[in-house]
Amino acid sequence: MIRFEQVHKRYPNGREALAGVSFKIDSGELAFLTGHSGAGKSSILKLIALIERPTRGQVFINNQNTASIKPRGIPQFRRQIGVVFQDHKLLHDRPVADNVALPLIIAGYPKREIDKRVRAALDQVGLLSKERSRPLELSTGEQQRVGIARAVVAKPPLLIADEPTGNLDPDLAIEIMQLFKRFSDVGVTVVIATHDVHLIDRFSARRIVLDDGRVIAETGSPVPQAVSASGAAQSADSSAAP
Amino acid sequence: MPGAVKTWLARHAQTLVGSLGRTVQNPLATLMTVAVIAVALALPLFLNVLLQNARTATTNWNQAFDLSVYLDKKAGSERTQALAKQLRIRADVAAVRVITAEQALKDFRDGSGFGKALDTLTDNPLPNTLIVTPTLAASTLEGTLALKTSIAALADVDTVQLDTEWVQRLNAMLEVLRRVVWLTGGLLGLGVVLVVGNTIRLDILNRRAEIEVMKLVGATDGFARRPFLYGGVWYGLGGGLGAVILVAAAVAVLAGPVEHLAGLYGSPMRLRGLQVLTAAGVLGVAVALSWLGSWIAATRHIRAVEPS
Repeated sequence: MIRFEQVHKRYPNGREALAGVSFKIDSGELAFLTGHSGAGKSSILKLIALIERPTRGQVFINNQNTASIKPRGIPQFRRQIGVVFQDHKLLHDRPVADNVALPLIIAGYPKREIDKRVRAALDQVGLLSKERSRPLELSTGEQQRVGIARAVVAKPPLLIADEPTGNLDPDLAIEIMQLFKRFSDVGVTVVIATHDVHLIDRFSARRIVLDDGRVIAETGSPVPQAVSASGAAQSADSSAAP
Repeated sequence: MPGAVKTWLARHAQTLVGSLGRTVQNPLATLMTVAVIAVALALPLFLNVLLQNARTATTNWNQAFDLSVYLDKKAGSERTQALAKQLRIRADVAAVRVITAEQALKDFRDGSGFGKALDTLTDNPLPNTLIVTPTLAASTLEGTLALKTSIAALADVDTVQLDTEWVQRLNAMLEVLRRVVWLTGGLLGLGVVLVVGNTIRLDILNRRAEIEVMKLVGATDGFARRPFLYGGVWYGLGGGLGAVILVAAAVAVLAGPVEHLAGLYGSPMRLRGLQVLTAAGVLGVAVALSWLGSWIAATRHIRAVEPS
């Protein structure tokens, strides 16, 4: 589903966020990107969502080389990815249901279909009773669940989340993680960037540990297959050369 | 695919109404923008109303250069009628009206306000007069001039007067005024585009976060731009309505004095206000200009908003 090959990312200010990252995440897998802040977790997510482009190397999403996607094609590309943010990024001037409906409206679904799917998504995150509320009337944990409902409402094959539990207390954080786990159980590929190592210790999932723009460890994963040789040298356990 | 078309139409209608809601949410800023558009459009529109009225008032003078034929004082009523008859059979004359000296004096007494002074005159200083209207074919400047020369040569004719010069001057002035209307219209129209563009640019800056979110969940630039375009349409509609109201008010204020002034010149002229068709045209132009302004601003600035 996701394949990074020798990806380098250098920002205009000269900071090198990624220095030759290679990894592969299979379809339907749940994977955690961990590491200190500044290790490159967010950069990887931005490259997946085409918010940023790699300086060198290649990123494949769903067997498509993202380098081949022109700016005009980005909106269509993003519709197959659900994104969850640490700060939720909800629109505060409209009710919860309208927030969740946004991706479907953009994709041009008919109204009846939208209503049905929005209710289903809100039901999945346990917020069906709050569909007419405004985001600011909800607790932080509830707002995060609205964000998740919005990310999954269009049933994207790939879900990415940047520090989704960053603002939550431990119990709520576990709840949110379990929610992500459930989506991966039904076949959605889920990639979560988090620095909360204690939290992810509770889940038996793939873990990609980053430090200073490099992959320093990978655990709990099926052995990666199509990783290039130089990328494998930088990874702790992906010794399988093509 | 009628279903898809229906969905598409429903979305547009929803965006249209939604954008109206948002402009109303910020009443002061919206009112300012609408007022600027209204004033900018009202000025050329008002000039145009004046121009149209001036044209209407002078149309009669333009169509036919009537010749005033003043007869010799010695020519009595019989010879006057004979001359009129003689002129009527000419191929280049459409009509001849006889104004006797008595009639002319009476008209002058009634119209000029010198009634009392005229009473002191012992005899009528005015001659019999023929008002000769050339046929349409002979109504060219050359045609009337030829007619003038020909009539002037007839017996009993004292002078023939043809007032074409001031009509030409008036026409030239109206042409200048027409250009002025177009120039101010063009400049102020450009102003409307810029004002709306700037307003939309600020709207976009204010809602940057929202646009970023939309783009992140797969919105095209066109989708993100749509509410701003409809916002521009509302600004234009409001500004156009404002301009029509301003001009109608100005016409109402001027109607009385103009009628009075025209009355003093013995003319029944009335100030004609905006016609329904013109008003509709103004609304159309206002909407088009402000749509253009918002399109330019939204296209430029929404492209620049990228999630980070």
